[in-house]
Amino acid sequence: MTGASPVHRLAPIAREPLAVRLLLTAVAVAFISLFVLLPLIMVFTCALADGAGPYWAALQSPETWSAIKLTLRVAAVVVPLNTLFGIAAAWLVARYDFVGRSVLVTLIDLPFSVSPVIAGLLFVLLFGKSGLLGSWLSAHQIQILFAVPGLMVATAFVTFAMVARELISVMEAQGPSEEEAALTLGASGWQVLRHVTLPKLRWSLLTGVILCNARAMGEFGAVSVVSGHIRGMTNTLPLHVEILFNEYNFVGAFAVATLLALLGLVTLLVKRLVHASGSRE
Amino acid sequence: MTLASSARTRRRLTIRRRGMLPGFNLSLAIVTFYLSALVLIPIAVLTWRASAMPAAELWAAVSGPRARAAFALSLGAAGTAALVNALFGFIVAWVLVRYEFPGRSLLDTLVDLPFALPTAVAGIALTAIWAESGWVGRHLSAAGIQVAYTPIGVTVALIFVGLPFVVRTVEPVLRELDPVLEEAAAVLGASRLRTFLQVILPATAPALGTGFSLAFARALGEYGSVVFISGNMPLRTEIVPLLIVTRLEQFDYAGAIGIAAVMLLVSFVLLLLGNLLQAQRRRRHEGA
Repeated sequence: MTGASPVHRLAPIAREPLAVRLLLTAVAVAFISLFVLLPLIMVFTCALADGAGPYWAALQSPETWSAIKLTLRVAAVVVPLNTLFGIAAAWLVARYDFVGRSVLVTLIDLPFSVSPVIAGLLFVLLFGKSGLLGSWLSAHQIQILFAVPGLMVATAFVTFAMVARELISVMEAQGPSEEEAALTLGASGWQVLRHVTLPKLRWSLLTGVILCNARAMGEFGAVSVVSGHIRGMTNTLPLHVEILFNEYNFVGAFAVATLLALLGLVTLLVKRLVHASGSRE
Repeated sequence: MTLASSARTRRRLTIRRRGMLPGFNLSLAIVTFYLSALVLIPIAVLTWRASAMPAAELWAAVSGPRARAAFALSLGAAGTAALVNALFGFIVAWVLVRYEFPGRSLLDTLVDLPFALPTAVAGIALTAIWAESGWVGRHLSAAGIQVAYTPIGVTVALIFVGLPFVVRTVEPVLRELDPVLEEAAAVLGASRLRTFLQVILPATAPALGTGFSLAFARALGEYGSVVFISGNMPLRTEIVPLLIVTRLEQFDYAGAIGIAAVMLLVSFVLLLLGNLLQAQRRRRHEGA
């Protein structure tokens, strides 16, 4: 983030005229206001359209509660898994040079460029009735699709490299000298990881984890395909928003949406704070 | 003498560095396993299913009128949205890097919001704004322009999701641009516009291209923010991801797989193109 960074100053001769500067600033502010700020304000305005009473009532419905719990459950599994993968991937990619390294980096980025809907489809093809593992799963009475494990797998796919990405760039920039010093002093690999690598990475690790968490809790497309939309069973918060909206229960839909909007705002705030404390060091 | 010997030591260290840290096998195992289980095998299954389909069936899945309309809409709306983002995103990046004004850091934070706001939330909010009775839609419909439930609505949603990409790729390049270049151009008598066209734009064009392709790729696959505002009318406002969902719900797996395979191919090409652009930019940066 750049909020604290100083503005680029040019000598007066190379500056734009005041009118041009004002015009460009106005255009930028108007563009962001129209496409970003207005939707955010809209969420809260619509949620409170009938006052605070209906808002709280919508938040306290049992279906909303089960959606909250399910969303938390999915994130509680997916985020640690992707974090573990992120640490392993960063260690591998930033500290070793090996054949196929650049291919691996591209593959790690791959899920980002896959449409969430296709991500969902992949797991339907794998776990569905006519899917590759479908008959084996149903013979053993294991339900993945249209159940919680399916939601977790699809969410893990769409948030796959969110931690890895943050860590790899920072670890590459830091270089291996401190880890090597620790090794020469007799530390084991695990000690190096715990006492040297992870402490140095803590800010980017935190950023990666909160971004991964926000995306995991807010994922819609992939989860929508694998969920089967079973109320109270496989409805995460974003799916619950969709159902309420399609039932013309706008206050309810926007009330639940405020929870997700707050999650997004808190994520941005934490990211900003983390960045500020990271750059102070 | 000392310099030469320290250089020699450093070179020796560089050669040994590869084997020094432990954990190569373990991290390779974790990464390979997780990547294969979650990403490679599922994508291989889709590819295998698509290639096992008879060519005629595959062709029928992607060339019917409904699929063609969806591809045209998705490509057109994603392309338009990415263009809008390239233009306005550049202005936003410029203003953030160059000007001091009240609310600058708020503007800076808002740029990242599309990354953090769940797409379904953005979708219903945009629908409420641009629908005929909405805050903005009301004024537009008075002028005879309908946004929600038309291709324009789809484009509006895609502008929202792609917005941060251009700003965040152009911004660091603008920031690193040496002011001396622009000052020299001014001293030599170039107008500000000419300096922009001949000094600033060439230096930022690769980043702008990367930002455009990232925004375009993201917009092509987007689902959550579009389905509410598009109205989902077949042949008119049905985007490709939605057509995949529709076919899945009708248990038309062949139809869904066919389109998904084409989409996947397009996103791979875009990913490779983006990587190439970035590598080229890095090379130029290092060469300079």
